[in-house]
Amino acid sequence: MKANGKPLIEVDRLVRKFGERSVLNDISFNVHPGDTLVIMGGSGCGKSTLLRHMIGAMKPTSGTVKLFGEEITGMKEREILRIRLRFGMLFQSGALLASLTVGENVALPLLQHTNKSVDEIEEIVEQKLQMVGLTGFEDLRPDEISGGMKKRVGLARALALDPELLFSDEPTSGLDPIMTAVVDELTMKLTRGKGMTAVVVSHDMTSAFRIATRMIMLGHGGIVAQGTPDEIRASSNPEVQQFIKGEPDGPIPLNLSQEEHEHHQHVKPRPFLGARDRFHRKTG
Amino acid sequence: MVFIGVRAAPMVALTAFSVGVTLAMQAAHSLETLGAEMYIPDLVMLTLLREMGPVLIAVIVIGRSGSAVAAEIGTMKVSEEIEALEIMAINPVQFLVVPRFIAMMVMLPALTIFGNYIGILGGWAVCRFTLDFNTAGYILRALESAETWDLYSGMIKSVVFAWITITIACNAGLTVEGGAEGVGQATTTAVVQALLAMLVMNAVLTGIFFFAA
Repeated sequence: MKANGKPLIEVDRLVRKFGERSVLNDISFNVHPGDTLVIMGGSGCGKSTLLRHMIGAMKPTSGTVKLFGEEITGMKEREILRIRLRFGMLFQSGALLASLTVGENVALPLLQHTNKSVDEIEEIVEQKLQMVGLTGFEDLRPDEISGGMKKRVGLARALALDPELLFSDEPTSGLDPIMTAVVDELTMKLTRGKGMTAVVVSHDMTSAFRIATRMIMLGHGGIVAQGTPDEIRASSNPEVQQFIKGEPDGPIPLNLSQEEHEHHQHVKPRPFLGARDRFHRKTG
Repeated sequence: MVFIGVRAAPMVALTAFSVGVTLAMQAAHSLETLGAEMYIPDLVMLTLLREMGPVLIAVIVIGRSGSAVAAEIGTMKVSEEIEALEIMAINPVQFLVVPRFIAMMVMLPALTIFGNYIGILGGWAVCRFTLDFNTAGYILRALESAETWDLYSGMIKSVVFAWITITIACNAGLTVEGGAEGVGQATTTAVVQALLAMLVMNAVLTGIFFFAA
C-alpha cells in the first residue's frame, strides 16, 4: 500500500443488512490519492451495494465511510451535496437524462454548479466529449446512440467538473475491446497523469488488471482477497484464481440456494429456477 | 414543459364543446316542460363556470398530463436518472418537480377558462340553431346570470385541482420501485388517486363556496 498522505477514502467495519441477510459484512479498506482501486466479485456479491455506500446513496447498518477525511455516513443530505461536488460517478447504464441532448447532459453539472459562461461551458463539453471519442455528438438524444456511447457520455459527464475522485460502475461492460482500451487508457491518463483517484467496480478482468494499482475481491459479503494486481494474480486462494481465470468449476457456488434466493431483495423466486438448480446439481 | 397545456387544448375544446351542447339540450328538454327555455343560457353558464368546467378539464388533464408526469418521473427513477442527479448534487425535486408544478398551476386554470368559453359556445350552438335564440340574446342572458364570483370559485377549484394532481403525480413517480411494472402501477395509482382526491375536493369546495356562505 502506498502511504502518500492521508487516505482519500476510508471504509471502516462496514456492515449492511437487508432484513436478516447481510450483504456486506465487516468490510474495511482505504484508498489513497492517485490509486486506482478495482473492486471485483461475482454478480450479486455486493459490489454495487458497496459502491452505493461509498457515494453516500445508501446508509450502512453499522460502520463508517469517510471521503476526503470527512465521515459521510452520519451526514445530512445537505452536507453530502458539498462532498458530491468533489467526485464524479459513472453509472452502469450511463444514467443520462433522456429528455436532454448529449451535450446538455455533459453541460448539466457545469450549469448547475459553476458560474461559467455559456461559451466556456460549450468549450468544456466539446473537450470532454472529444476525450471519450464522441466529437460532434452534442445534439443527439440519448435514445439515438448505442449503449456503449451512452456510457462514454456518462463518463464525460462524470468528468465535467474535473473531479479529484471518480467512481465507475462497470465502465467497460458493453463496450467493444477497442473502446474498452480507449476508456482504460483515459482512466489511466487521468489517474497516473493527473493524480485523480478512481474506484472501479468491474468484472472485466483484462481491463481490471490493466488499470488497477490495487484490487479487492468481494465474496460472501466480505473481502476474499486484496492487494496489488501482481499479488492478486499470484494469490493462492482458489476462489481468486477461479474468478480471474473465469473457470466454471471451483469453490464459488454457481447458484444461490433456494433459501438464499428467497431472501434476496428485489428478485422474486421464479418457478423454473428450482428446476434449473436441480438440473445443475445433477449434471455439475 | 408548458406543452402540458397547449397540446391538451384540442382535447379540452372537444370535451367542453360536447358538454356545452349536452347541457343545453338537457336543459332545453327539462325547461321546456316549464316553459322556461329562456333560462337555458343561465344553466349552461353557471354549470360550466362553477362545476363542469373545472372538474371535466381536471379529469382530462389528470388522464393526460398526470399520468404522463408520473410515468416520466417513474421511468427516470428506475433508470437511475434520479440517483444520477442526486450524485451530481442536483436536487431532483428542484430540477424535475418545480417546473412541472409551475406548468400545471398555470396551465390547468388557463385550460379551464378556455374550456369554459368553448362550452358556452356549444350551448350557444344548440340555442341558436335548434331553439331560435338570437346570438345577442344568448350572450346577454348568459352574462346576466353569472357573477364574477361564479368565475372565481371555478378558478379557485381549478388551482386546487392542479395542486392535487401534480403533487400526487410527482410523488407517485418519485416513489416508483421495481422496474417497468412499477412504473405502470405508479401511473395507474397516480390517475386513480388524483381523480378521487379531485372529486372529493370538489364536493368540499362546493360546500364551502355555495352552501356554508
